[in-house]
Amino acid sequence: MPRLIKDSQIVEDDWVMVGSSSEAVDLAESGQRVFMPLELLQAVIADIPVDATIGVLLEPGQEPSQVCDYIDRLQLVAVNFPVFTDGRGFSYARELRQTHEFAGELRATGDIMRDQFHYLKRSGFNAFQPDDDSSLESDLQSLDDFSDAYQASIDRPEPLFRRR
Amino acid sequence: MYVYDQYDQRLVDERVAQYRDQTRRFLAGELTEAQFLPLRLQNGLYVQRLAPMLRIAVPYGLLNSTQLRKVADISRRYDKGYVHISTRQNIQINWPMLSDTPDILEELASVQMHAIQTSGNCIRNTTTDQFAGVAADELEDPRPWCEIIRQWSTFHPEFAFLPRKFKIAVCGSEADRAAMHNHDIGLELLLDSGGTPGFRVLVGGGLGRTPMIGQEIHPFLEWQHLLTYLESILRVYNQHGRRDNKYKARIKILVKAMGIEAFRSRVEEEWDVIRDGPATLTEAELERCKGFFTSPGYKKFEDSKPAVATQRDLDLAFARWLDRNTLPHRVPGYQIVNLSLKATGYAPGDLTDKQLEAIADLADQYSFGEIRTTHQQNMVLADVEHSALHELWLKLSALGLATPNIGYLTDIICCPGGDFCALANAKSIPIAEAIQTRFDNLDYLYDLGPIDLNISGCMNACGHHHVGHIGILGVDKKGQEFYQVSLGGNQGKDASLGKILGPAFAQEDMPEVIGKIIDTYLNHRTEDEPFLDTYRRIGLQPFKESVYAEAN
Ligand code: SF4
Repeated sequence: MPRLIKDSQIVEDDWVMVGSSSEAVDLAESGQRVFMPLELLQAVIADIPVDATIGVLLEPGQEPSQVCDYIDRLQLVAVNFPVFTDGRGFSYARELRQTHEFAGELRATGDIMRDQFHYLKRSGFNAFQPDDDSSLESDLQSLDDFSDAYQASIDRPEPLFRRR
Repeated sequence: MYVYDQYDQRLVDERVAQYRDQTRRFLAGELTEAQFLPLRLQNGLYVQRLAPMLRIAVPYGLLNSTQLRKVADISRRYDKGYVHISTRQNIQINWPMLSDTPDILEELASVQMHAIQTSGNCIRNTTTDQFAGVAADELEDPRPWCEIIRQWSTFHPEFAFLPRKFKIAVCGSEADRAAMHNHDIGLELLLDSGGTPGFRVLVGGGLGRTPMIGQEIHPFLEWQHLLTYLESILRVYNQHGRRDNKYKARIKILVKAMGIEAFRSRVEEEWDVIRDGPATLTEAELERCKGFFTSPGYKKFEDSKPAVATQRDLDLAFARWLDRNTLPHRVPGYQIVNLSLKATGYAPGDLTDKQLEAIADLADQYSFGEIRTTHQQNMVLADVEHSALHELWLKLSALGLATPNIGYLTDIICCPGGDFCALANAKSIPIAEAIQTRFDNLDYLYDLGPIDLNISGCMNACGHHHVGHIGILGVDKKGQEFYQVSLGGNQGKDASLGKILGPAFAQEDMPEVIGKIIDTYLNHRTEDEPFLDTYRRIGLQPFKESVYAEAN
């Protein structure tokens, strides 16, 4: 099973990515945790039982506002970073947590590297699944590269100037 | 000036540790060049034509003498013993070894300096008026606000991978010496009728390939909302700025494409979510930051001008320097002194380690130990007693830092260009030198009045050529270095962008071309009319005719 970092621990991934509507509906009905691209989710959401455990994968350009109608049904929002220098996902995380008050698993996936984990975490992600998962142990340590920060952020809403 | 507390120091120290490990991973082959690139850039390290270049941050242009000595020492031990002052008020060293850079950053951290976010697609050093706190025309000291913005923008988790670089300038005075119209965000400090400060916010200005003047997005933003509003602008930009073409990735392109109205409503939508939230500035934080920028211990003087006046009468060279390179201070008995880094024969904005150390000593002796860098690539000692001016002038002259040309044609803004920069189309330093040589007669130079001449070696416009009264841009014509000239740019509150004169010129023709432009001005000007005003009155055509008439 693929692994990832979630809530500061290395865990096995119990979510399955699905690519077709039949697969999505069947697996969701069987109780499997499934997540899928936004287009697929939009197509099948009406056919999936309301108590199923489902998630979505957002690509750059797919803004969080596009899932806000059914955000209460999502337990996972994965935000993909096809190239690590495309920073849109940082703002998506912030929007999801702050504007849309999403409280489930927010996962950064794709071409992300440990040098970004601290910022990703502060933007609202609580799970990290880099394409290259060969060094998750050292990646995990990078979450704490900095012991403090100036700004208000999702993981610590009070900016430093209110605490110093 | 601002002094780190344990929080600031720890963050900078942790950054050095992080970067040290990143460099180690890169050198060990664990990080690819592409992966390391944005990491090193956000720590100030470029790879230039001949060697790496490290850009050291000078937040809003303020340094103390200890810091300056450290920079001198670093330039001697890790580099070739000279530095360059950039048009963003930062300091660049041109020849460090990549493997030494973690040590250099660690040494900088020991004097509360760093190179954080001096390049890369993130929020860069916030710039302001080099005369902040001492200018006679100041409404509100911009430095506490710059420090507040510095802290907010440093390691902002959401905005480290923007579509493109992002620059903010703050102006707190009548005259705009911060070029706020040419920044991604320009903040103009204003006071309401009760004297409470707020900001007129401009967005979408910039130079580069598509120069634009910033547009007003907010007429008067109450100061408490500064950070939440900035954050809202950046959030819209980060999500919607173009990422498919680096030449269209700056916020100015987005603002233009959306239109300022639509852009403003998107920003307001974002702002609604965080407005009045925890990032709202507090009175306590403002007071804390203001506390670092109180007046130094000025002495009380009877009017001491007579002493200076006598020395002035006795010594023409001193008089020239006093008139051109110094400015009235808001406190009686003090003067603002510009150090000209524009002596003919020296690359504009360059200083040796020895000069840096000497300047640090002069700052300690004459100006409360503080030094400022300017976006015109000069330096400033802001608080000099009148009685010390003559002595200081003698010392500056001996150091080659008293060329009396501040604001005149030979005070050229000039990027490093093809001698150093990998992106250059053409060299810029030799052009500056050739023009300085041609206009070395001081009486003639003064007769021309104030003229800004700015040179960039390529479209990236680090030399701000668009806003020079005369702008020069290096272009590539079939592999040859050529120079395109524009006229009529300006960077004050009535900012304007220069218009291109016509086909580009070869390097050897440049002094003559500038000569003809100046002759045209002299033929057309009315008494005492400055160059820019004459240009605005008569337009491009007469200049075009005289420059191209004989050239063809
Ligand atoms: S303007 Fe071009 S040549 Fe000059 S420093 Fe900037 S990038 Fe280099």
